Amino acid sequence: MGVEGIGARVARKEDKRFITGKGRYTDDMVVVGMKHAHFVRSPYAHARIKSIDASAAARMPGVIGILNGKQLTEDGIGNIICGWMIHSKDGSPMNMGAWRPLAQDTVRYVGDAVAVVVADTKAQARDAAEAVVVDYEELPVVTDAVKAMQDGAPQLHPEAKNNLIFDWEIGDSAAVEEALKSAAHVTRMKILNNRLVPNPMEPRAALGIYDEAEDHYTCYTTSQNPHVARLVMSAFYNVAPENKLRVIAPDVGGGFGSKIYIYPEEIVCLWASKRTGVPVKWNSDRTEAFLSDAHGRDHVTEVELAFDENNNMTALKVDTIANLGAYMSLFSSSVPTYLYATLLSGQYRIPAIHGNVRTVYTNTAPVDAYRGAGRPEATYLLERIVETAARELNVEPAELRRQNFIREFPYQTPVIMCYDAGDYEASLEAAMKAADYRGFPARRDEAKSRGKLRGIGMSCYIEACGIAPSQAVGSLGAGVGLWESAEVRVNAVGTVEVLTGSHSHGQGHETTFAQLVNDRFGLPIDQVSIVHGDTDKVQMGMGTYGSRSGAVGMSAIVKALDKVEAKAKKIAAHLMEADESDIEISGGELKVKGTDKSVPWFQMALAAYTAHNLPEGMEPGLKEGAFYDPTNFTFPAGCYICEVEVDPETGKTEVVQFVAADDFGKIINPMIVEGQVHGGIAQGIGQALLEGTSYDPETGQLLTASYMDYTMPRADDLPSFNISTTETVCPGNPLGIKGCGEAGAIGSPPALMNAITDAIGNNDLTMPATPQKVWAALQG
Amino acid sequence: MYATTYHRPTSVDEAAKLASEEAKYLSGGQTLLPTMKQRLAAPSDLIDLRHIDALKGITVEGGNVRIGAACTHSEIATSEAIKGVCPGFTYLAGHIGDPAVRHMGTIGGSIANNDPAADYPSALLALGATIRTNTRSLAAEDFFTGLFETALDEREMVTAVEFTAPDKSGYSKFRNPASRYAMTGVFVCKRSDGSVGVGVAGAGSDGAFRSPDMERALAGDFTPAALENISIDPSGLMSDMHASAEYRANLIKVMGKRAVQQAV
Repeated sequence: MGVEGIGARVARKEDKRFITGKGRYTDDMVVVGMKHAHFVRSPYAHARIKSIDASAAARMPGVIGILNGKQLTEDGIGNIICGWMIHSKDGSPMNMGAWRPLAQDTVRYVGDAVAVVVADTKAQARDAAEAVVVDYEELPVVTDAVKAMQDGAPQLHPEAKNNLIFDWEIGDSAAVEEALKSAAHVTRMKILNNRLVPNPMEPRAALGIYDEAEDHYTCYTTSQNPHVARLVMSAFYNVAPENKLRVIAPDVGGGFGSKIYIYPEEIVCLWASKRTGVPVKWNSDRTEAFLSDAHGRDHVTEVELAFDENNNMTALKVDTIANLGAYMSLFSSSVPTYLYATLLSGQYRIPAIHGNVRTVYTNTAPVDAYRGAGRPEATYLLERIVETAARELNVEPAELRRQNFIREFPYQTPVIMCYDAGDYEASLEAAMKAADYRGFPARRDEAKSRGKLRGIGMSCYIEACGIAPSQAVGSLGAGVGLWESAEVRVNAVGTVEVLTGSHSHGQGHETTFAQLVNDRFGLPIDQVSIVHGDTDKVQMGMGTYGSRSGAVGMSAIVKALDKVEAKAKKIAAHLMEADESDIEISGGELKVKGTDKSVPWFQMALAAYTAHNLPEGMEPGLKEGAFYDPTNFTFPAGCYICEVEVDPETGKTEVVQFVAADDFGKIINPMIVEGQVHGGIAQGIGQALLEGTSYDPETGQLLTASYMDYTMPRADDLPSFNISTTETVCPGNPLGIKGCGEAGAIGSPPALMNAITDAIGNNDLTMPATPQKVWAALQG
Repeated sequence: MYATTYHRPTSVDEAAKLASEEAKYLSGGQTLLPTMKQRLAAPSDLIDLRHIDALKGITVEGGNVRIGAACTHSEIATSEAIKGVCPGFTYLAGHIGDPAVRHMGTIGGSIANNDPAADYPSALLALGATIRTNTRSLAAEDFFTGLFETALDEREMVTAVEFTAPDKSGYSKFRNPASRYAMTGVFVCKRSDGSVGVGVAGAGSDGAFRSPDMERALAGDFTPAALENISIDPSGLMSDMHASAEYRANLIKVMGKRAVQQAV
């Protein structure tokens, strides 16, 4: 390992511009003639649009145009799509209602866009938007998924009777029922997984630019996957053909999944630019972000876990109702199905598993992937019920887990996934040692002497990252392939550009990807530039989500580097009249093994481009591309242990110790990995302790639409984390890496809830465990 | 934010002349400006009171404390003179909001807004403070009249807050997890004549209030134990998604005990 190679703690190249305020985000983009958009949004959760009168607004100062859904339809702009087809267990395709970028007849959640005003200034656009008179006829509202399924509930879409989108299953129901009948013990729970608002630091934004002379569109947007945005806007929304549409996602300030999807606003900005003849920029304010960003989670689940007389797990039965909000967002159907129920085996040998999932429309913001996407929901219910079972069976929670761990790999679970490698005992041991698990009773007693209730909780998570083999996801209903691309360009002076289809919105790709080149050729990372986020510069790519930039994105770079290396060796061998098999590359030189002959890297590169002296038949230049399609998901896993102290007088929980022992496979930059784990745990603690999303059940108003009521985790809510890693190499990709972006958010909520329920001696507690709820639970 | 006209008067009279039904006094703006940014308030004119010399300054003479209305929470929190005679009050000021809020927000602005979750009203009620305005003097009890309501007339502005320092004072609050405002805050003070003041912030559905029950219990025995058997009636307390009236009733008692515990 060199100082900038694989495994080195290299400081992030991109941080200088970020921490000095010099990042270039979508809202920083200014073009000549640019005007500003403000959306007219529905104040009602469910209403029929009787009429829209923009005549007064159109006469207001600075107004250039006011556009509505009817015009959008006239221009042939398509419905917003859901990119993953799920079939119900009766074989019928999911019941998808239409989602228009601007609602034309009906609004279905508070914040649904009905019109857009384009004006000279942001303030003028907002003033005029307030003057647009929309005559609504209010309709009855339902926000709760369970209630939405009941007969007589308000109906959102004619396509979905009783608001049911699909009723899907996985696994062997008969085997599970049989095992439940013959079980020595069955633990049963109802588990709620609370809805979360993503809250990236940078709100969404879009700048649509139509160039009439070229008949060409450019879209700057806050996207995690600009190529997918271009594909979808071209193929499905009819905004423009791909060759006439350039999508640029410049610096993006956090996504957590919420910027995967193609939202109404970027479509409307592009379309409005052509309609009005001016570049149109929109920038979400924080309230709009609360209302209209795709939310996460929101499951209600009944779960049963069966054991034999020796406490071996024999079956798991899961029945989940998932709230998808008012419309089906891009990957909304895959999150509570293939990203969720395929992980229900956790780290355990469970011979029979059955999962049933019903997804439901409600008058709330659309729900889609949010950091972890399905895997936090699976981990939460499994790790809560395993801990609960240990209490009921009166065995050590760690021992119950240990006894049931999967120990032989590859391991085929009953729910599709085939785990390739892992050592769950190693991370359990590492976490228990770091946490001084055995010393807990003494700490609990000491806390009691201070009037505090101390509890300990554990969670052993597994997740599936890298999404994933294209053929596999295709067979499960995905509308896209999930490979990744890379191109490595060696310039004539030997510096390197890596063009990647991955997209960095905080992950540090400009550093870690450059470390791969350093490791391979010995070039300083300062001589390596990472290019991403622009469809005109970078070949087609699939973007960043599901912890896939490492396992998939970097694997594509490795494949391209292999090709560059092979050609570079051929050139060097020719220059030094040696056999290419004797050439080795290190420290920026190509050397002939066992001799003192060498060619500097730049000289080899120059030779490639001068082409004066190349091997016969070799094309000039040194630039190679690769597409990498994984053979399997990757399976990061780990053990988290949390200790809390509850103040019984107020119900306030303090997280006093948090230990994480993760197996991410090989690690490229430990510092960046630690940052990902820290952020993930912070979000997990946020979900478990703080973040509650609340809609008024009568009106459908979002009651937690600002930081006055929605509790984001702050530094003083968090302890200093004690994190470490164990390593089993992932056999599925050339670097042996598994991914680390979501683990913290997946593993931490159950550990925390197990700790709090342990502290207060009451297992009947839902997330977020606010002081009020914990206090009420303590009152019995 | 809608367009507005900003004024920076240098005297109380000049400020009062600028006042009108559509205008608003601005004294730190930690509530008003966010409200305007959300377009929930639209004053035609903003009259900034923070640059009027007569509204500035802290004086402590013997036990008599006078705090100019334009003093920031930070100036109050770091005032050694106030801390010397009423440390509970500086503690309270030092725990309002965050550093940015404490360097902009003022005591005059805060009490004129009378947010039920604001901290000062509890202390001013407990201390029996006097609120001076440009036209009169009011007892704190008469000044705070309800949720976001005070006795101030349209053109009237707070000029200073005055109180006599007690022997002991303490403040303890439980923050709303999201907003970090007081979900319940209790200010206690014990005067030289043995009488006790208890003010409660963040909990009352009509704003801050005194708790005669707690005052009586503490008058004979100024210890946390004296509150142990007190029962707080939840009726009349606020109930919202963060805290039910019953939970707030519990917090009043707990924060009361802690305020007494730390009173010096």
